[in-house]
Amino acid sequence: MNIESSKSYAATNEVVLSVDSLTVRATGRTAQQVLNNVSFEIKAGETVCIVGESGSGKSVTSLSIMGLLPKGGLVPDGGSIHLDGENVLSASEERLRKLRATRMAMVFQEPMTALNPVEKVGEQIDEVLSLHTDLSRRARRSRVLAMLEAVHLPDVTRIYDSFPHQLSGGQRQRIVIAMALILKPKLLIADEPTTALDVTTQKQILLLIRELQQQHGTAVMFITHDFGVVAEIADRIVVMNRGRVVEGGSREKILARPYENYTRMLVSTVPSLIPKQRTLPTGDIVLQTSKLHKTYGKKKVFGRGVSVSAAQDVNLTLRRGEVVGVVGESGSGKSTVARCVMRLIDPTSGSIWVDGADVAGASRAELKSFRQRVQIVFQDPYRSLNPRLRVGDSIIEGLLNYGVSREEARPQAAALLEMVGLPADVMQRYPHQFSGGQRQRICIARALAMKPDILVADEAVSALDVSVQAQVLDLLEDIRSKTGIAVLFITHDLRVAAQICDTIVVMQNGRVVESGTAEMVLASPQHQYTQTLIDAAPGRGWDFQNFRAA
Amino acid sequence: MSTLPTTLISDAMPPEPSTPSLFDELKRTLRSVPILTAVLALLLIVIVALIAQWLGTSDPIAINPGNRLKSASIDHWMGTDAFGRDIYSRVLYGARVSLIAGLGAAAVSISVGLVIGVLAGYFRGFDAIIMRVMDGLMAIPGILLAIALVSLSGASLFTVLIAITIPEIPRVVRLVRSVILSVRNEPYVEAAISLGTPVPVILWRHLVPNTVAPLIVQGTYIFASAIITEAILSFLGVGLPAEIPSWGNIMAEGRMYFQMRPGLILYPGILLSLTVLSVNVLGDAMRDALDPRMARKL
Repeated sequence: MNIESSKSYAATNEVVLSVDSLTVRATGRTAQQVLNNVSFEIKAGETVCIVGESGSGKSVTSLSIMGLLPKGGLVPDGGSIHLDGENVLSASEERLRKLRATRMAMVFQEPMTALNPVEKVGEQIDEVLSLHTDLSRRARRSRVLAMLEAVHLPDVTRIYDSFPHQLSGGQRQRIVIAMALILKPKLLIADEPTTALDVTTQKQILLLIRELQQQHGTAVMFITHDFGVVAEIADRIVVMNRGRVVEGGSREKILARPYENYTRMLVSTVPSLIPKQRTLPTGDIVLQTSKLHKTYGKKKVFGRGVSVSAAQDVNLTLRRGEVVGVVGESGSGKSTVARCVMRLIDPTSGSIWVDGADVAGASRAELKSFRQRVQIVFQDPYRSLNPRLRVGDSIIEGLLNYGVSREEARPQAAALLEMVGLPADVMQRYPHQFSGGQRQRICIARALAMKPDILVADEAVSALDVSVQAQVLDLLEDIRSKTGIAVLFITHDLRVAAQICDTIVVMQNGRVVESGTAEMVLASPQHQYTQTLIDAAPGRGWDFQNFRAA
Repeated sequence: MSTLPTTLISDAMPPEPSTPSLFDELKRTLRSVPILTAVLALLLIVIVALIAQWLGTSDPIAINPGNRLKSASIDHWMGTDAFGRDIYSRVLYGARVSLIAGLGAAAVSISVGLVIGVLAGYFRGFDAIIMRVMDGLMAIPGILLAIALVSLSGASLFTVLIAITIPEIPRVVRLVRSVILSVRNEPYVEAAISLGTPVPVILWRHLVPNTVAPLIVQGTYIFASAIITEAILSFLGVGLPAEIPSWGNIMAEGRMYFQMRPGLILYPGILLSLTVLSVNVLGDAMRDALDPRMARKL
């Protein structure tokens, strides 16, 4: 994919947004500075990407521009924000309301929560018009329908009368964009608008934003953490870290010739789509599934009920020391497979062979020895640890279950913590005292405490910032080579899969559509769906590690 | 401008502990004047109930026909009732009955409700059966149940306690069940299952602690409503035996002499309202302290 900036609407020199040494601080006793001296500007028809890791202040910046800073939480402390020549910081509440619809609009990450679930989407867009224009009812309706067509929704009269839950994630995001752009604002702020979407949908939405921008000459401020997306759409890039602007400049300058070390580090840690050269592990088979089926059924008191096939005929083989990636979009059944393998849910049919025994139908008691061999690391590091337990107690929980005494378990936990790169004295602390990456390390330590043969990583690095992601991937690689553990790596991110997997299994709608070595699958995909997936991966035209176009 | 890859460093070193503890949260809440007043009022009532016999009281059930319906005097600070009993003593001893009814109902309904709620929330097989039984229980009017129980087994504090407690149980069960349902699919619970943790340990270590905060809050509401229910039952004559001093009983007897001796209704009534009000204020404060998210929403 290449959304090049060959614009029909030439970027004029008209500055739409100019942020000048903006400083925002927290109210209350601490008065901590959240934004420090942030300056940048956006011209008409231009896309500026604000990139940064979590806590960099990129969302606070967008909220300040919209005048939506949480009351009693954050206050602007200096500097100015000029939108179309008007200072937003000194605008009245009433004036801001007017500005928010007509001059600037915002698209959020999660389209479901941005829409009112009990109102038809057409009426929600209509509301914007009725509040800010004096058009007649009929004129408004035709304008909404035209806008729905402009965002390429099919069958617009039906969509107009739909409720948000009746639409797909991509369609909902199109509705949100339609709502944002219907009054033709000069500035569109998009806060991670594609993060919650699948890659193929993401590509379409990015194209859509670009297309609408070209038609109206809208200035777009695009907030993201994904350098792939940045490489696709940015005219200019502003890199933020800890509430400051680290560096700003054209896309070519930042991606090819970053000046600051922080930017270099960020850009170079973006995983490459080209798999590493590996020798395939030939060790013993530690896990094999054959004809694994999982059907989710809804029993009903009356009638037959509905059943959904989440996984059909899944055959996997995992060898000692091997990393098998299961990739696919949401709803492909990859997590269902992981949970079946973990026996967190019961497979409907098929078998799971671990260590010469079929555990697919094993009873609770029979599972006891199996549990020791297979461990899991989850996606969300904030919910994977019991917030009420000290991390040391969390790590030794499994050992205690298998009869190890507390005195023996604690030194083991300390050794494990050291292995995952944390000092042993953190055992006394609670999970909330750690960052996301650190918690994920703790979860890995907890899984390793059982000395398992198989580690299931269910989107284990997806919630982490790119630099932390790279470290956790390195850690997994390190552990694999030290212990010879086999990893079943579930991910939606092809870049991550390319970095760590030996073998890749591609799933779509509950079925395996392609499998093979990482090199085969990613370099010469056979199935059409795999090709589509690779095609949609953002930033394919850029070789981040070597700071050049690929 | 920092040129260091700061995240690399920050990821390796755990940050300093910063979040305020539950204790701090409680301490801050207590600084509010109405809440402090409520705590002091409740504390005073509890102390008075505990040391009633040393507060210049006489035997609260001693009948003295020669001393009927006297107004307040040195001997009888709040006067006497139709049987010549000392109102002051009866009101003070009555606090005991009220507090026992409140505490007992709260403790019993929460312990029973917790167990049933955890079973219903975690073991899906039990859920439908348990919840239908609870729906059935909720359909029985509390007062009617009390009247039935009293006529079956005779009036006593125990009977009244049961009659107050049973209608409260379904509410606790529903609360506990909803908490368990929302936590049972958390990754940390699934991680514990993967670690081979036995089910009772999962329940005790990972699930039940989440119910503590909402249960404490619910407990205060049960406490308050139980005090009122006990008074209503006694007032209607289906509660405790008439000679036992309880605020409901005193008011029931004073009803006929209200114009002559309004104190018979006023003194126990004021104490009853004060107690319930204090408990409710305390319950709200606890909810705010234990669940700051909810406080901000309201």
